[in-house]
Amino acid sequence: MIEYATSIRYMLAGYAVILTVLTLYIISLFIRWRNLKRDLHILKEIQNKSV
Amino acid sequence: MKPQPIALKVLNIVSVLLFLAALGMVFLYAPLEATMNYVQKIFYFHIANAWVGMLGFIAAAVAGVIYLIKHDQKWDIVELAAVEISLVFFLIAIVAGSIWARPSWGAYWTWEPRLTTAAILEMIYIAYLLLRQGIDDPDRRARFSAVYTLVGAISVPITFISIRFFRTIHPVVIGTNSAASQGSFDMTSKMLATMFFALFTFSVIFVNLFWHRIRLGQLAQQVEQLKLEELQ
Repeated sequence: MIEYATSIRYMLAGYAVILTVLTLYIISLFIRWRNLKRDLHILKEIQNKSV
Repeated sequence: MKPQPIALKVLNIVSVLLFLAALGMVFLYAPLEATMNYVQKIFYFHIANAWVGMLGFIAAAVAGVIYLIKHDQKWDIVELAAVEISLVFFLIAIVAGSIWARPSWGAYWTWEPRLTTAAILEMIYIAYLLLRQGIDDPDRRARFSAVYTLVGAISVPITFISIRFFRTIHPVVIGTNSAASQGSFDMTSKMLATMFFALFTFSVIFVNLFWHRIRLGQLAQQVEQLKLEELQ
């Protein structure tokens, strides 16, 4: 049988990894979306000026 | 780019609520396993992440086939979205599984059939992302990616059945365990209910993130087209 203290430590580490990786991925989606929106806005402005 | 549709906004909320409910079931409803006790609770999210990871790799292959038939760039966007999200979920499954393995097997990693095939599967799709970046022509890139995901998908069933055909330390959840397996346990009805709820929850989260990633791909394509127009 695995000791309770050891078992809890590994369980917390496991869930910390799950939550951290998922959170980082969601943040990366948000940052990429924001950057693309900014690029789109700049490109449209350039297009309007050239017309 | 259109704002988020109402269905997607609802799905965002549902995903968060389901995730919290799944955490609640894991920690408050599912009983402690007798031998491994707390660390066994990693199992519920480990298996759910592995499930959606494999599901996404298969979805990418299906999108690849549709691209090869229709030659429509939107299927390339779908395929890329499926691969990227699956890589994240499958990475979580591998790392969380390794952490669970340490107290159960005495080692974070062992080159047994399931872990080896899972590592190969992950690397196949990391290579997919790297190789895609090396092709500038969108049509060539999409054609290459479609064929790659189709061939790469062969490794999904190999990874799935590896623990059922080889003598392995990795336990089998549904089916007969190998004689060498370590860390297997008898599932109670509450454990089964928690496992299926986690599988359902991560399937919904997968659909939610998939939708967001497809929208991101569409926006990137729009930006790319405007850049090309500016250059001409």
